Amino acid sequence: MSKLDAKIPEGPLAEKWTKYKASMKLVSPNNRKKLDIIVVGTGIAGAPAAASLAEMGYNVKVFCFQDSARRAHSVAAQGGINASRNNKNDGDSVYRLFYDMIKGGDFRAREANVYRAAEVSSNIIDQLTAQGVPFAREYGGTLANRTFGGVQVSRTFYAQGQTGQQVLLGGYSALKRQVGLGKVKMFSRRQMLDVVIIDGKARGIITRNLVSGEIERHAAHAVVLATGGYGTIYYLSTLAVQSNGSAAMQAFRKGAFFGNPSFIQIHPTCIPVLNEYQSKLTLMSESLRNDGRIWVPKSKDDKRKPNDIPEEDRDYFLERRYPAFGNLVPRDVASRAAKERCDNGFGVGKTGLAVYLDFSVAVGKQGEKVINGKYGNLFDMYEKITGESPYKTPMMIYPAGHYTMGGLWVDYNLQTTIPGLFAIGEANFSDHGANRLGASSLMQGAGDGYFIAPYTVSNYLADEISTKLPSTDSPEFVEAENSAKALLDKFLSINGTQTATSFHKRLGNIMWNFAGMQRNEEGLKKALGMIADLKKEFWSDLKIPGKTEEINQELEKASRVADFIDLASLIVTDALNRKESCGAHFREESMTEGGEALRIDDQYSFVAAWEYQGEDKEPKLHKEELKFENVEVKVRSYK
Amino acid sequence: MKIKLNIWKQANAKAKGKFEKYELDGVDEEMSFLEMLDSLNEKLIKEGKEPVAYEHDCHEAICGSCSLYINGRPHGPGDVIATCQMHMRSFKDGETITVEPWRAKSFPVLKDLIVDRDAFDKLMAAGGFISIDAGQAPDANANLVSKIDADKAFDAAACIGCGACVAACKNSSAMLFVSAKVSQLALLPQGKIEAKRRALNMVAKMDELGFGSCTNTGACEAECPKGIGIDFIAKLNREYLCASFTEAE
Repeated sequence: MSKLDAKIPEGPLAEKWTKYKASMKLVSPNNRKKLDIIVVGTGIAGAPAAASLAEMGYNVKVFCFQDSARRAHSVAAQGGINASRNNKNDGDSVYRLFYDMIKGGDFRAREANVYRAAEVSSNIIDQLTAQGVPFAREYGGTLANRTFGGVQVSRTFYAQGQTGQQVLLGGYSALKRQVGLGKVKMFSRRQMLDVVIIDGKARGIITRNLVSGEIERHAAHAVVLATGGYGTIYYLSTLAVQSNGSAAMQAFRKGAFFGNPSFIQIHPTCIPVLNEYQSKLTLMSESLRNDGRIWVPKSKDDKRKPNDIPEEDRDYFLERRYPAFGNLVPRDVASRAAKERCDNGFGVGKTGLAVYLDFSVAVGKQGEKVINGKYGNLFDMYEKITGESPYKTPMMIYPAGHYTMGGLWVDYNLQTTIPGLFAIGEANFSDHGANRLGASSLMQGAGDGYFIAPYTVSNYLADEISTKLPSTDSPEFVEAENSAKALLDKFLSINGTQTATSFHKRLGNIMWNFAGMQRNEEGLKKALGMIADLKKEFWSDLKIPGKTEEINQELEKASRVADFIDLASLIVTDALNRKESCGAHFREESMTEGGEALRIDDQYSFVAAWEYQGEDKEPKLHKEELKFENVEVKVRSYK
Repeated sequence: MKIKLNIWKQANAKAKGKFEKYELDGVDEEMSFLEMLDSLNEKLIKEGKEPVAYEHDCHEAICGSCSLYINGRPHGPGDVIATCQMHMRSFKDGETITVEPWRAKSFPVLKDLIVDRDAFDKLMAAGGFISIDAGQAPDANANLVSKIDADKAFDAAACIGCGACVAACKNSSAMLFVSAKVSQLALLPQGKIEAKRRALNMVAKMDELGFGSCTNTGACEAECPKGIGIDFIAKLNREYLCASFTEAE
């Protein structure tokens, strides 16, 4: 079985990537056109990876479940993208960005990968700007910056509150250019059903055409998964409703290790749950905390309207608890602080599960026009959903499931434990440790896609130049297609009484209550049992209308929910195993007297990489020890 | 509240479609329109009936998946709004709501309320980009861009590619969509180099794909969920005209 080797190059941290690139194997341009690569997913990692590999001359096949590559959920990222360009002359550097990410991730990320992410960050801004991404500018014509949580420099580049859309469309346009040039073949409306392994290497995928229902086989010399995160495990999250963890689970079942599955970021500033019908929670960008102040009333029973509560009766609890970073503490810290206030009865709104995010000082000082320029679309979005204007009355916000730091385990080459199977962007586990800092998801995804995967995939393919493209009639493809078909038929044959969505909602509740912002041994054990029961019920009482040979959205949902149920067990198993608190993973048994997360470095300074052992069997744990040679591991403090 | 629904049902691209009538009780005005449709579907499935197929994903008016024509308007009542941002408080108790897919020759119906918008992807592949490979980019501050131009380019770039402009237009023209991309890139120094080629190629592709011509009714602007204005169409016309006189291709 695969051995856990992170393949981190030798040498000083700052030279690893440069030296490694210089020693990588190359594929000559005339050989590249003989090699085929599959890229699944077209977000901020997938689209650039596909475009860049095609620009190099490889034949690239790209798959997405949406009707167009432009709809991948990176499009909804709001606040910005980090780059260590020191444009503000405020002391930023590659090392400082690296250090902020390592510390922000609570010392649970791999130094070499994080340093490389920081190292390529500046190139990303150049690349995106050259593609026509309209980043915000100063009057003098230079790029503008703002600040994000967990840092003390201003290194975030942005396009109003729609940075993800603009950055994604840059990658999408590069992808469309390659489609026009015939180097990329685009397969939209395709759901990946399995990865095909031949002689131990990833050689293709099985997909379902979501229009005709046809099951298709696609072969390649390498497969790149850029399939995003699985925050929709909570049902209600900031993710698009179709975002899912299925590709990762398919890879996991085929032998790819899953890294730190329980590290899931709960984003502090989202529009709270308003009613029982709600199908999703809307994010309000972290950038709002640049100008917004978070508070609750000092007294539990203060039923006055927010604007009627005088200054002295307000508790700006982040500013009080964390004077050095104030409202810009990292997300995990801000989320828990809000939960603590609400759990103790200080929450506001109908449900008591909300805190205020107040812009009155900023609007007063800077004027509505300036605030509109920075956050106009966010304020509009908030008003459309809630019917209240944040220019006039404070927003109400509450934490919601958002980003998964966990994902497929990859080595320094972004390769999973299956040779030829790569995982990039949010789909892998590698750069954010136990907590991601704001504006670094676009940065990591784009870095993987534009500047890392093209090198490391080539390095792998250099040994495949004489490998013929495998036939899709080979027994491995036939077998994978048959089992995918059997699974679809199984969904339809249950003919029970409950819908896929109703199961997803119940699973989400279990996960939010027992594996959400706070976790403990008793709750996690209980959750494992509840998930197992839910699984039994799912496979005996699911109801799917229609048939497979047509557009069948319920069938699509069911297959995602089936994977979520297994993924939920994996998340809980991982959370149970890690008896320390770190970053977003907060075990009640392990906290300081002040209620902060308490790491146990001598026991848990490792990446938990889980290996599949068969249906309903407990996965096997492999540990990748984390070595910190360039930073001092210390208590993460934002006070 | 209780509502009546009149929804377009069509089994597949080749089938003949028709309106089906549904009634839904217990609708809360805090529900989003999509959540209302979800609860209709949950009810239909439980009754052993075929649910209504429709597209939606981000629920934040940014992915552009929504393609519902509600009571005669793309994205329904309200200005500068996408379907996913609409709440049932925009409707009255007892009201009949008619829901159709986008209607345009270039956007064939695939099933019920789902249309094929691949034509937009083809338009983008015809020229909606700047030809720059990864690794070739100069320093991002090497080309200074005036804040006014950058902001204007952003306004155009805010397009979510939903196709409401085409659905709203009596000629099913894609001029607003194409003009937004052409204008965004022509406003920026890095996009000027291939601006002429881009305008010519995208307009030619638009004709080839069967989109109609623009007759300046402004319906696209009125229905655009991102408020993209027809001044960009004026800019496209200018770019195209200049390119036709000067570009020898």
